[in-house]
Amino acid sequence: MSRNKQDEPSEIMARSGAIPLSQLVRDSAIIKLTRGLSLKLLGSAPSVRLALPPSATFALKPVDVPGFEPIPRLLHQVGDTVLAGDPIVASKATPEVVLSAPVSGEIVEVRRGDKRAITEIVIEAGRHVDFRSFPKPRLESRDEIRQILLTSGAWALLRQRPFNTFADPSVTPRDIFVSCFDSAPLAPDTGFLMHGREEAFLTGLRALGALTAGNVHLGVKPNSIDLFRRAGDAKVHTFDGPHPAGAVGVQIHHIAPIAKGDVVWTIKAQDVAIIGTLVTDGIFDARRTVALTGSEFIRTGYVDTRLGAAVAPFLAGNLKSELVRLISGNVLTGKKVQPVGHLGQFDDQFTVIEEGDQPEFLGWLLPSYPRPTLSRTFLSYFLPNRKFAVNSNPHGEQRALVMTGEYERVVPMDLYPQHLIKAILFRDYDQIEGLGIYEVVEEDLALCEFACTSKQPVQRILREGLDWMRGEA
Amino acid sequence: MKVFRGLLNQAKPHFTKGGKLEKFHYAYDAFETFLFVPGETCSDGTHIKDGIDLKRTMFTVVVALLPCLLFGIWNVGHQHYSATGEFPALAAGLVEKVLLGLIVVLPMVVVSYSVGLGIEFAFAIFRDHPVNEGFLVTGMLIPLIMPPTVPLWMVGLATAFAVVIGKEAFGGTGMNILNVALMARVFLFFAYPPYMAGDIVWVAGDPSRFVDGYSGATPLAVAYSGGLAALDKSYSLEQLFWGAIPGSIGETSVAAIGLGALILVVTGIGSWRIMLSVIVAAAATGLLFQVTGIEPYSGVPPHYHLVMGSVLFAAVFMATDPVTAAQTQPGKYVYGFLIGTSGMVIRVLNPAYPEGWMLAILLMNVFAPLIDHGFISANMKRRNARAL
Repeated sequence: MSRNKQDEPSEIMARSGAIPLSQLVRDSAIIKLTRGLSLKLLGSAPSVRLALPPSATFALKPVDVPGFEPIPRLLHQVGDTVLAGDPIVASKATPEVVLSAPVSGEIVEVRRGDKRAITEIVIEAGRHVDFRSFPKPRLESRDEIRQILLTSGAWALLRQRPFNTFADPSVTPRDIFVSCFDSAPLAPDTGFLMHGREEAFLTGLRALGALTAGNVHLGVKPNSIDLFRRAGDAKVHTFDGPHPAGAVGVQIHHIAPIAKGDVVWTIKAQDVAIIGTLVTDGIFDARRTVALTGSEFIRTGYVDTRLGAAVAPFLAGNLKSELVRLISGNVLTGKKVQPVGHLGQFDDQFTVIEEGDQPEFLGWLLPSYPRPTLSRTFLSYFLPNRKFAVNSNPHGEQRALVMTGEYERVVPMDLYPQHLIKAILFRDYDQIEGLGIYEVVEEDLALCEFACTSKQPVQRILREGLDWMRGEA
Repeated sequence: MKVFRGLLNQAKPHFTKGGKLEKFHYAYDAFETFLFVPGETCSDGTHIKDGIDLKRTMFTVVVALLPCLLFGIWNVGHQHYSATGEFPALAAGLVEKVLLGLIVVLPMVVVSYSVGLGIEFAFAIFRDHPVNEGFLVTGMLIPLIMPPTVPLWMVGLATAFAVVIGKEAFGGTGMNILNVALMARVFLFFAYPPYMAGDIVWVAGDPSRFVDGYSGATPLAVAYSGGLAALDKSYSLEQLFWGAIPGSIGETSVAAIGLGALILVVTGIGSWRIMLSVIVAAAATGLLFQVTGIEPYSGVPPHYHLVMGSVLFAAVFMATDPVTAAQTQPGKYVYGFLIGTSGMVIRVLNPAYPEGWMLAILLMNVFAPLIDHGFISANMKRRNARAL
């Protein structure tokens, strides 16, 4: 990280009269994590903003928010004109929780998937973004903040653990956690995402502080920008280690683990800034800076857009080849999207890699190109600094679980991931609970799926387990 | 490569849905995926996956077994020709020794693989699941832990028993409780004891052609009755290390096993935790026996114990089977340690069994889930305590 980048936010802090860093940093010890794997891939995003034409359409994806029903209640019809901040779709079970339009414009399409589940509600953006305005809350009033978050749809930016659903408006969470760095492959630099939104971020943290009886905890990396280290009343914890050190679930485990009966909320750093703008200006300004990453992009970098942006402008004239996989998110947890698709509800990264649909002659024995690996049977294991161009080939077929200890290597938590996954497969409630399902969501165990010799769908199994446990509770 | 692709493409329609061999599509898959890693892509979950798969994992173990196999082939010939007095010197008669070894060992390998894979394919077809690669290793292990004189039909029968009763009955690869290769050996050991133990089974060939006074006694047999004094008269430590001694085909050479262990540990495929704890526990128990002056094996020091019999082969290739071993990392130390101690106890103190590792490992296979249970319940207790 360059010197300049570190200085920039602190200058703003100085202007706003913030207290010097040394007086505010509360963390003393660095939490050092040794297990995990930082995958080194080609196509990282340099700290530049790309000037691309704006997306014509934006979409809401209720399917991205666990807790929303497959067919939630639509509050508008195709053809309706909406303002940014107008509620578009509501949860049937919890009608206060809505997803709101990130832009103003006309609803042009409702896309459906299997069993008519609503996958995308597409809004064609107008030339300008016209905001619906909400009465500004007082920062110390829990009720007013709760009210504006719910009516504006910003509530759905909060996620609740256990189970990673949207936050339940009827509970007061024990704590709220924000990870201020992303350690996933090619992930955006969270510090860079906050450029120009520092004030909004700090205000957002104060608003979150009013929602919890406990603390707002920030997880930062050792060389983090000052903004995250002097964030008001929030408690700052430094994490050092490979991915998934930046995963908020791993951070929660080391800060204040989720016990049975605990409810905590998490939110991404950019979304804290959206809440900050909401409480200061009374508008749902769903701005997202998104990192375009991956080996198949001609130009990688950052684009300023909004939640749920159409990916088409990112791709136009910017791809090295035709046969590519488009991923909203990172290569471990992201979702596959079509060229006409949109970014996911929480994603601030868009990755394009090669589609690995070519059979490989004796590929298991004599790999024809280098690939990232945790296995010392490959030469490429011994090249720790090499960056790989990856593709979506699983490099093998699904098999019964044979190897042991692989999952543990990449999960820096006091947890037996393989036993948890097995307990989910045979639906043993007590074991699933005792082995820590409340502490994990898909992203925390995504590396297990990468590393699995038997190519087991770890994240899918875990999601089934999470849904099953939620249903049982 | 194109030839293979062409052949596969020609055959494929018969095995796809609606084809006349549709039922056998997993058998076809086994061959296709052996030749070509499929061009299918990740559908959900991670979009990229590690290069490692079960084929590569199992193949690595087979490679690690090759030094033992190759040495075993030579040693079968060497033992025979020293017993007959034709080529008693190590360097003499290399071609004859290897040739005889091949004649004895290769058919056993072929029988083991064809019976085992045949059953695996049949189960895969009837149960409609893919063929797992686990048997690639089992099929190699079975001949290596047999005496060279065992009849081929016994190898086939034992393999069939091990695969059907030891593995498929439990649900197939990944589900078995007991080590499959050891199931084959233990079956013969109890069903046909004269073929599996005693002084005459370790050297191939007709004993009437052996030179007068040749006993064929293994170091274990010598040390059991005569202790260190008798052992020193028959076998030098160097001889025990290099392995030109009678014994099961793959178990005799410490050097060859060490090479295999190196491959498994460097690649990370075999658990060094288990290997280390078996060896440490066996040595410690051996030391205890030496110090306390137990009658059998009197005076035999721990390092002799380690280079005799099958302890190292068992520690490196048998105890480390990930399916039947303890699965938690701390559990692996306990599991290995218990194998090491109980194996030595059986070897030294139990007169009914000349060697202890097969039984020690099978016994600990049974206890492995209990060992894991201890560590897992401790983890669960820690977590549940937070809720209070």
